[in-house]
Amino acid sequence: GLFVWHLKNAGARQVPCQFVHLCRVANDRLITFQYFNFLKRMYVTQYNKDLSQRAKPKSDSVASPFRELQQLDREKKVIHRIRPASPLHQPLPETLSRNELREMMSAAETEDSIMPVRAEPKEDRQWKEMKLQLDDLPGILARLSKIKLTALVVSTASAGFAMAPVPFDLTCFLLASLGTGLASCAANSINQFFEVPFDSNMNRTKNRPLVRGQISPLLAVCFAASCGVPGIALLTLGVNPLTGALGAFNIFLYTCCYTPMKRMSIANTWVGAVVGAIPPVMGWTAATGSLDAGALLLGGILYSWQFPHFNALSWGLREDYSRGGYCMMSVTHPGLCRRVALRHCLALIGLSVAAPVLDITTWTFPVISLPINLYISYLGFRFYRDADRSSSRKLFFCSLWHLPMLLLVMFTCKKSFLEKEDKGDLLGGNRGRAMEIRLP
Amino acid sequence: PPAHSRNDWIGPPDKHSNLRPVIFYVPPEESPLERRLREARQEAQACNQHFWERHNRAFRQEKEEFIYSRLKAKGMEMRDETGQKATLNAEEMADFYKDFLRKNFRKHMQYNRDWYKRNFTITFLMGQVALVRALRWLRWKKKNVGN
Repeated sequence: GLFVWHLKNAGARQVPCQFVHLCRVANDRLITFQYFNFLKRMYVTQYNKDLSQRAKPKSDSVASPFRELQQLDREKKVIHRIRPASPLHQPLPETLSRNELREMMSAAETEDSIMPVRAEPKEDRQWKEMKLQLDDLPGILARLSKIKLTALVVSTASAGFAMAPVPFDLTCFLLASLGTGLASCAANSINQFFEVPFDSNMNRTKNRPLVRGQISPLLAVCFAASCGVPGIALLTLGVNPLTGALGAFNIFLYTCCYTPMKRMSIANTWVGAVVGAIPPVMGWTAATGSLDAGALLLGGILYSWQFPHFNALSWGLREDYSRGGYCMMSVTHPGLCRRVALRHCLALIGLSVAAPVLDITTWTFPVISLPINLYISYLGFRFYRDADRSSSRKLFFCSLWHLPMLLLVMFTCKKSFLEKEDKGDLLGGNRGRAMEIRLP
Repeated sequence: PPAHSRNDWIGPPDKHSNLRPVIFYVPPEESPLERRLREARQEAQACNQHFWERHNRAFRQEKEEFIYSRLKAKGMEMRDETGQKATLNAEEMADFYKDFLRKNFRKHMQYNRDWYKRNFTITFLMGQVALVRALRWLRWKKKNVGN
């Protein structure tokens, strides 16, 4: 009890980072912690790199609360093992920043599941009054709007803004980021509003606020409206109408196309990839006001990235998707799932080469990014060939650090617009002189 | 839930349907609109519970049958020497998941339509109730201020 409390105070952010350390440190015979949360009834134990799934059905009798406590004890032991490992990695600056990002991103995925499983097993079994607790409200709204995912979306939008070949305008940047963030909050809230009974049945999502009755559906919709409307207004009026239109379109695509399609056809993955690709395009249009080739290239990179990321993630969730009625490639067309992931890993290499061709970056970009692109392609190939849990997890975790690194490298190789402006000046100067002669 | 409470209460997830049951509070001076809302929510809860309970039960049962038939084909017993239940790995289960999803597709489509309709109706009714309550409160305040 005390230990759980301490962890709660330490914050969930610590743990995903440490968990990830554990993954990299221990190789054989490790109980993957993430699976305690993803699949409550099953655990994957890795015996010398051979993974097998053991169904551990919860007995309906009194024994089950005891087993839950047992699980809790085991989890505590895992935590103990994780903690001593982390200080070893702290001194290395690169791994620290990488792991911070990884922590941020895996936290986005696992936050929902990690925190409550430890802190809430007893509370979960109690009856709760359905009254809105005002002091819990910020936390509830944060979870409703998937605040961590929103933060990632905003960061991809800012990457788009940063890559645009215009002088940096701070107010525009802040307005665009805020607008995008609000739009993302609105879209995520509506998504959760639509998916309550399905979320309750999937381990990853069963602790969301609407599922737990912490907030009423009416309030969720009002919150979404109060984020979405100002967000889009801010983008349209404060930045430019094109960005506003893209934001509104993205909200529509996510809530009205992607969310229902998840249950109807596997094409939802492609729609979802477009949803993920639009924010950097929005960042670019916020800066330049127009949809150039550069915007489309950045969108293309994000679009291609979604596939290895999502396909690898969905590989481990096949049971939940099947039971929940979600039409995902990993369940219905597993071969296609892996082919598409590999295809898009390779596409990333191609897109990186296209960047200097379109005058967005220098030629150092494809050269420097080649190692990471080759690595993710290699993992994509392994996933394609082996089609097992370990290769899918490796690919997924790689995708988490691959994207920020790629965007960072892209930014450092950005073609300085001053070079381009010099060329422009020469022409402008000539024209200016010509004009002066004509005037009397 | 305690008798004096004036709110709804939500409980732990049901072990079959994974949905959380709600006990609705019936205020003594419940208006027809509020009654409609409560009944809609109760009906939705009952429908959801029924669907998911049956669905999850079918899933578990069919999964057991699948494992049993596969193990038999492989010539293995349901339980090995240590008494633990024998299992199949994820790749073998994949066929089952694909099949199960396909078989239940139409059922899910119908449920989706039903659920979306109910969700919208309930939320709309909630909005109406909230509006009526707000207006009532404003009128009461004006009356009190007047006095």
